[in-house]
Amino acid sequence: MNWNKIFALSLRHIYLIKGSFPRILDLIYWPSIQIFLWGFISKFFTLSSTFYENTVGIILSAAILYDFLFRSSISYNMMFLEEIWSRNFTNLFIAPIKLSEIIAALTLTAIFRTLIGMIPAAILAIPFFGVSIFKIGAPLVFLLITLYIFGVTLGLLVTSGLVRYGPSFENIAWASLFFLAPLGCIYYPVEILPEWLQIIARMLPLVHIFEEMRNILIYDSVNYVQIVKAIIISFIYFVIGVIIFYLSYSGAKNRGTLINMGE
Amino acid sequence: MKIEVKNLVKKFKSTIAVDNISFIIEKNKTLGLLGPNGCGKTTSIGMMLGLITPTSGQIFIDEISLIPKNRIRLLSSMNFASPYIELPKKLTVKQNLEVYARLYGVKEIQKRIVELIEDLNLQDFLNKKTGELSSGQKNRVALAKSLINKPKLLFLDEPTASLDPDIGDFVREYIEKYKKNNELTILLASHNMKEVERLCNKVIMMKQGKIVDSGTCSELIDKHGRKNLDETFLKIARSKNELE
Repeated sequence: MNWNKIFALSLRHIYLIKGSFPRILDLIYWPSIQIFLWGFISKFFTLSSTFYENTVGIILSAAILYDFLFRSSISYNMMFLEEIWSRNFTNLFIAPIKLSEIIAALTLTAIFRTLIGMIPAAILAIPFFGVSIFKIGAPLVFLLITLYIFGVTLGLLVTSGLVRYGPSFENIAWASLFFLAPLGCIYYPVEILPEWLQIIARMLPLVHIFEEMRNILIYDSVNYVQIVKAIIISFIYFVIGVIIFYLSYSGAKNRGTLINMGE
Repeated sequence: MKIEVKNLVKKFKSTIAVDNISFIIEKNKTLGLLGPNGCGKTTSIGMMLGLITPTSGQIFIDEISLIPKNRIRLLSSMNFASPYIELPKKLTVKQNLEVYARLYGVKEIQKRIVELIEDLNLQDFLNKKTGELSSGQKNRVALAKSLINKPKLLFLDEPTASLDPDIGDFVREYIEKYKKNNELTILLASHNMKEVERLCNKVIMMKQGKIVDSGTCSELIDKHGRKNLDETFLKIARSKNELE
């Protein structure tokens, strides 16, 4: 790995963000809207029913964590799509940069984009709804790392599709996370799902992450086994994502789609 | 750098895009790659850049095979410019040159950027976003990017397409001058025959994926009994030859 080249590719995206105020605003706007929406919904539930008492914190924390996953994945996809939209794809792939360095650069830069949006949203939730995600404490770091690995993995799978099928795969980029959301058991316990779906859901790290988040917030106890399980599952998916990306790249080279890819 | 292409074939499903071509470009020479649209020029360049996997055949650059293991090492000394690919539009010219200088591992980045800015007259729009430039300005920036790493092997795909005669001439003159002062082998794909005559030591003519003729410009003109390369190109492109 050549860190100068990784930095170069990251710099390309940092310049892009830095040079456009609307772009920064866009990064902050959507997570903040999401927090307000879920904040008011859960507040309404709390006021209207005793069943939902004290659930504002749990629903809103879940919303913040889910948005972190969503933003991680979208950030990764967006950076790749930027290369296609700007017709820079060929220039990038004829530069002496390894595929692993491209993956590393996009992975590291995606966190930068994600945090630009998520930090203001997480901070806004404190004065407006009295909910602080930071109450989860030290395990929050592990939950975020796990979500980030999985978010990047989803990004890798979508970019594999973009390399394989070209820009027409773009719509899948936006749809991919909504497809997984029902199985992720973000806002409800896994037991709500039919038994056969529970088996599939448990193969995703999301179930373990959000179960553990609820466990910490409701019972104030940390089950590190659950967290480690989530990290391992995420990492396995990440490795699969990397393999699929390499295969797609090789397929694209066979089909000759890398030379003129662009909108 | 010397490039040697041996029996290169590329098939896309049932279509043969490049059909068993072989040629050599000697070190510091310029080869013109000519042929009608769809004759396999871009696919051939794609294979020489390691962007397209050949169905069969081999490519050697300075005797080193262009296989995935050697690709990154070889790419460090190569570059490519084409009006059909662009640099990130939202980045300024300077930012783009800096990013690519870093990607190519250029040692003295600022010095190299300043050299290219002066040579290609980029001073006036250095801090402008690349997407806001005219096609002539974009073309010069693309050329600057393609020379950022002082390549030893340069692929130029229609470098003066859609440029007005003045800027087209500036680009051709610059390439000539740059080549005189630097060690550089060029593969030039172009439909501008005057440009080819001016810049190339030798040309190869492709048609339907095959090399149908090759030689110096004057050799080809004489062989086909035409007045200039334009007419020679038309004769070859329109002829019903043995391929059909």
